[in-house]
Amino acid sequence: MDPQIDPSAPLPSLPGHSSGGRLERILRAGKFAVTAELNPPDSADPRDVYDRALVLSEVCDAINATDASGANCHMSSVGICALLTRAGYSVIMQISCRDRNRIAIQGDVLGAAAMGVQNILCLTGDGVQAGDQPEAKPVFDFDSTSLLSCIKGMRDDGKFLSGRKITVPPRVFLGGAANPFVPPLEHRATHIGKKIAAGAQFIQTQYCYDVPMLRKFMDKVRAQGLHEKAFFLIGVGPLPSSKTARWMRSNVPGVHIPDAVIERMEKSQNEKAEGKQLAIDLIQEIKEIEGVHGLHVMAYRQEEFVNDIIHASGVMKNRQPKRAPRPAESVSVLA
Amino acid sequence: MYAVRLWSVRHAKGLNRFYQAFEKAMVALHPLWNRIGYEKLEAPFQVLEKTTKGFLFDCQMCGQCALSSTGMSCPMNCPKTLRNGPCGGVRPNGNCEVKPEMKCVWVQGWAGAERMDGNLEKIKDVQVQVNNAIKGRSAWLRVVRMTKKVGEFAPKPPKAPPAKKPAAAAPAAAPAAGGEGKAA
Repeated sequence: MDPQIDPSAPLPSLPGHSSGGRLERILRAGKFAVTAELNPPDSADPRDVYDRALVLSEVCDAINATDASGANCHMSSVGICALLTRAGYSVIMQISCRDRNRIAIQGDVLGAAAMGVQNILCLTGDGVQAGDQPEAKPVFDFDSTSLLSCIKGMRDDGKFLSGRKITVPPRVFLGGAANPFVPPLEHRATHIGKKIAAGAQFIQTQYCYDVPMLRKFMDKVRAQGLHEKAFFLIGVGPLPSSKTARWMRSNVPGVHIPDAVIERMEKSQNEKAEGKQLAIDLIQEIKEIEGVHGLHVMAYRQEEFVNDIIHASGVMKNRQPKRAPRPAESVSVLA
Repeated sequence: MYAVRLWSVRHAKGLNRFYQAFEKAMVALHPLWNRIGYEKLEAPFQVLEKTTKGFLFDCQMCGQCALSSTGMSCPMNCPKTLRNGPCGGVRPNGNCEVKPEMKCVWVQGWAGAERMDGNLEKIKDVQVQVNNAIKGRSAWLRVVRMTKKVGEFAPKPPKAPPAKKPAAAAPAAAPAAGGEGKAA
C-alpha cells in the first residue's frame, strides 16, 4: 500500500472492507493509525474549520467531527463533515444519541455517506446537564449500541429500521467509544464486546492518563479476543496546566486523571511544556500495549501541539498522511 | 422506590428465578387469556404491572421489559434510558453522571447480573431501541403473545409472489420496529 496515499482521492473498494475510506485501509493494512479531534468553531465561517483541519491533517489519518460534545452547542458534525469532505479530508463523523431521534439520525447517515463520509463514530453523548444549555430536552431515542446496530443494518442489509429498502446503502466504517477508566471497571471490556457485536469495527477511547488502568482493560480485551474483532485507538491529549487538569476531572464527565499526573504538572517550571511531554510519554507507553492499533488525539484548543506530539512520539514512523486542499468543485466522492 | 430498587438488584438471583417460574405460568395460561381476550386484559394487567414492578424496580412501563438481561436493574431509570450498558460518564464512586446522588443503573445492572448468572450471558444480549408505540402497555401479556406467536407476533401469511422473478429479494421479515428485550 502506498503510505503517501492521498486521502482525498476516491479509493476503490477492497474485498472485506466496509468503506472506501483511508482510516479502514490504514488499520487493515496493519499500520498504526492516528485520528484527531477537531474543535468545532462557534461561528458560521468555513475558514474556521479549514484552518483547524489543515493543522491536524498533516499528522492524522482521519479527523473526528464532534457532535456537540460536552452538550455544548457548536457547529454541527454534519456541517463540519460537509466542509471537510468537500475539501478532500478523511473524516469520522460523530453521532451522539442525545439530540436527535431515529428518524433524524438515519437520514443524517445517508446524507453523510452521500457527501463522502466514510467513518461514523456512535456515541451516547454527555447529558444535557453538562453543557451550556441544561434546559434542553434530552432525546436518547437510541443508545450507542442500538445506534451501531441500526447503521450496520442500513449498510449490510440495505434497510431502514422499518424494513424499507435503501437503494444505495451507506458504505461506512463504524466505531464505538470506550471509557476504560470509570466504573464498572471489571465489565468495561465485556461492554465493548457488546458494541462490537452490534457493529463497532473500531473503538476510540476516552483520554488515557492512567496507563496501568488501560493495561488492565486491554488484558481483558485480549482475553475476550476483542482486539482481533475491532481496532482500538487510545485517546490521548496534552494537559495545558494543572489547573485545567483539576477542572477537567471534576467537570468533564468521564475524565479520569490520577493525582500523580497533576503533581507532575505542578512540579514543573513550564506547565504547558510539561503537559506536552506528558502526552508524548504516555504515547510511548500506550503504543507498546498489545492490541492497541492507534491513537486518538484530543487536544482541546491546542491543535498546534498535535503535530509536535505525534512527531516526537514517532508513532507515524516514516508515514506522512498528506492531503492537498482542493476547491470543492474538483472533488468527486464517487469511486 | 429507590431503596427497594437497590434491594431488588441485591436479590436479583431469587427475583429472576421467581420471574422465570411466573413467566412459565403466564404462558401456560394462554388459553385462558385468549378466551378472555388480550385487549380486555390490558387495563387490569397494566395496573398490576405498574403497581408490582413499580414498587420493586421503579418500573417506567416501557412495555418491553428487559429486566432479565439487565441484572434486574430497570434501564429506564437511567437518565439517558440506555438499554445496553453504562455510558462513559459514570462517576468514580459508581454514581450517575446526570444524577450524582443516584447509583448508576448499569453499575447496579452488572452487579445484579453477576448474582443472576456467573457467565453474564444474558446481559450480553444486544437490546434494540425502545418501541415507543407500546409504552404503557403490559409487558407480561406481550411476552405470552410473543412465546405463543399470536396477536402482533402471529406469523404473517407469505405474500403471494406477484409474477415469478428469478432474483426475488429475501422475504422482508421486517425487524420488529421495537425492542425485543425478552421480558423478565
